[in-house]
Amino acid sequence: MSYEIIGITVLWIFLYGYLIVASIDFGAGFFAFYAKMTKKDHIINQLISRYLSPVWEVTNVFFVFFFVGLVGFFPDAAYYYGSALLVPGSIAIVLLAIRGSFYAFENYGSKKSNLYMFLYGATGLLIPASLSIALTLSEGGFIVEKNGEVSLLLNALLTSPYSWSVVFLAIVSVLYISSTFLTFYAARADDKPALKLVKNYALFWSVPTIIASLTTFIALSQHNPRHYNEMMELWSMFGLSVGFFMIAMWLIFQGKYYGLAFISVMLQFFFAFFGYGWAHLPYLLDPYITIYENATHESMGIALIIAFIAGLCLLVPSLLLLMKMFLFDADYVKGEKS
Amino acid sequence: MEFDSVLMSRMLTAMTLGFHIIFATIGVGVPVMISIAEFLGIKKKDPHYTLLARRWTRGFVITVAVGVVTGTAIGLQLSLLWPNFMQVAGNVISLPLFLETFAFFFEAIFLGAYLYTWDRFKNPVIHWLLSLPIVIGSSFSAVFITSVNAFMNTPQGFTMEDGKITTIDPIAAMLNPATPTKVFHVLSSSYLTSAAILAAITAFIILKKKSSTYHKKALKLTVSATFIFALLTAIAGDLSAKFLADYQPEKLAVAEWHFQTENGADLILFGNLNENHEVENEIRIPNFLSFLAHGDFNSKVTGLDHFPKDEIAPFWVHYMFDLMVILGMFALTVSLFYLVFYKVKKWNEHNKWLLILLIINGPLAMIALEFGWIYAEVGRQPWILRGYMKVDHAATTSPHVDSMFFLFLALYIILGTLCVIVLRKLFRDSPVEIELEERYPNIKKGDE
Repeated sequence: MSYEIIGITVLWIFLYGYLIVASIDFGAGFFAFYAKMTKKDHIINQLISRYLSPVWEVTNVFFVFFFVGLVGFFPDAAYYYGSALLVPGSIAIVLLAIRGSFYAFENYGSKKSNLYMFLYGATGLLIPASLSIALTLSEGGFIVEKNGEVSLLLNALLTSPYSWSVVFLAIVSVLYISSTFLTFYAARADDKPALKLVKNYALFWSVPTIIASLTTFIALSQHNPRHYNEMMELWSMFGLSVGFFMIAMWLIFQGKYYGLAFISVMLQFFFAFFGYGWAHLPYLLDPYITIYENATHESMGIALIIAFIAGLCLLVPSLLLLMKMFLFDADYVKGEKS
Repeated sequence: MEFDSVLMSRMLTAMTLGFHIIFATIGVGVPVMISIAEFLGIKKKDPHYTLLARRWTRGFVITVAVGVVTGTAIGLQLSLLWPNFMQVAGNVISLPLFLETFAFFFEAIFLGAYLYTWDRFKNPVIHWLLSLPIVIGSSFSAVFITSVNAFMNTPQGFTMEDGKITTIDPIAAMLNPATPTKVFHVLSSSYLTSAAILAAITAFIILKKKSSTYHKKALKLTVSATFIFALLTAIAGDLSAKFLADYQPEKLAVAEWHFQTENGADLILFGNLNENHEVENEIRIPNFLSFLAHGDFNSKVTGLDHFPKDEIAPFWVHYMFDLMVILGMFALTVSLFYLVFYKVKKWNEHNKWLLILLIINGPLAMIALEFGWIYAEVGRQPWILRGYMKVDHAATTSPHVDSMFFLFLALYIILGTLCVIVLRKLFRDSPVEIELEERYPNIKKGDE
């Protein structure tokens, strides 16, 4: 396997990791706010904060990892995306900054405020929406280079059915992933009232998720036929994805094996995300950046891969330790241990 | 238009870095202090120190949050504002950027674990051990990111032919000549500044309220640390000057207003330049610049006459440099005074004037750090990558940088203000006396 393929696979795994952990976090923010508005916050908010408190910072790092790695492996991406994305990128940074810091202010400070809750909930939906735009742009047609200047075609972006279907998909998947995780976590904590509530959220959000996936498929076939056809070649990946979706729904509906159900959700997105990504190659930005022509030199690519493996040897045990302490320690989850 | 977006890109980057560096410094230095305090608490079996570590940690996480989000901001802004620079830098210096993320990841994982497990372990040493990955992670973040900055000053580890990079040696790029002294200087000054700020807060409480044993112990710990770290910072500063003299003489020369290459160069403190570019009203220390640069009063120091006029930084960095040095010396002197007063039994180390000096030393240390960074960055001008790329060729051509500047200005004002409000409320709502009583009911009362 060439170092370019290893590089993009590593980055894609990180983006997938971010997709899962950040969705849990973003969706939980929205549910916390929604529960507060519908006066059900006493049922689930303690559950949410027990999970989120120790891990919010970790979530952020997945994202930083992805873009630092992208610049390292494919420096031209910094040039094209950097030049085109000043305004939307800055807005996304501000949203992330508000979310991260306000979470800490609310949680570690002693001030409880509805404004913080609102911003926390709102950014939970706005951030995935704005980040998903980067994926839309990568399909090509929105970033152009003329006379050595890279610019973004904002009107084309805002009027494209594809870009809106991706935004819609991003938001509903966040709520779907998050609610299925919270269902598992509530069952783990043996918190029956909370379980009943979040289980309904999970069943409810599964419907728009599958609809949005289909509309995005259709919109993509209009926008980038090459990518669409490549995805059709990989139909088995998407078939597996739908299969795991059905398993997850069936388990949650039956009300058992919530852990397995959440793993099925993770696999559902794993196959869809990697099917999408594999079909996307070799382009990182259609038609300007491909993983072969725009990768860094081999020496740097190999250095980054070695650094990555060494880093994983350090991080995986640490992450397992964190999960053992907070995710799988039944006493902690139940709130019987600080 | 091009000029505008370059200038605005510089201003936005300067603002983000100027704001981020406050929290980054605290993020690197305070974990060291927390770890020391918790260790002393275990070793001396003294809950005062344990409580100190606990309370510092509680404030620390708030500042970490702001540090994380502003760090993410600068990480992305590098690509958004300097796409041409990142295209080159991404090729050559991405290894330490990548490693920095790992170090930070490591720190983030253990910070989560550390925060929520104070009472979970029977043996307190286990909890203290969790503080070590935080210290290692945060300090190594600083090491890696500083090596990127060092690379901008003394780039190496690649060959360029016709504007294209042909070979890359990632390790040589990371371990460029500026890395060792810069890393030493950044780490020691971060520890110094954090200790000085914690000492200032403690001195303020002692001055304002009646002092308790808890606060006196905290003051002794923080001021002793300030002294040690100030000493290390002075050594690091001296090594940095010697490095500049050898590898980046124009940067040292512009800071010292050293125009003519000569033997036995004088050190110029403050002063001003008249219309003929002559130095006036300065304090002059004969031959001292030669000593500073090479450890020999008669050695030759390269002056600005060796460099083209358009490759010399603005002359005002001289004041940044001088103020940084003076304020560093101030921290050293004040903390030494305290320790002398503490040793001499007849003298009271908690006298009002000494406390006031310790209080102002906190903010002054942070200002010194800011001045140091301004000197480090402006002193490199006009280069973004010394010898290879100038800043005006590196910036984005987007016309929207000015509105983004104001967007981020508003963000930093809000974050800064809320951070202060939340921190004040946090400690006001939980006074140390009450917490001490609740957690350790058997402890001896303070000596009021």
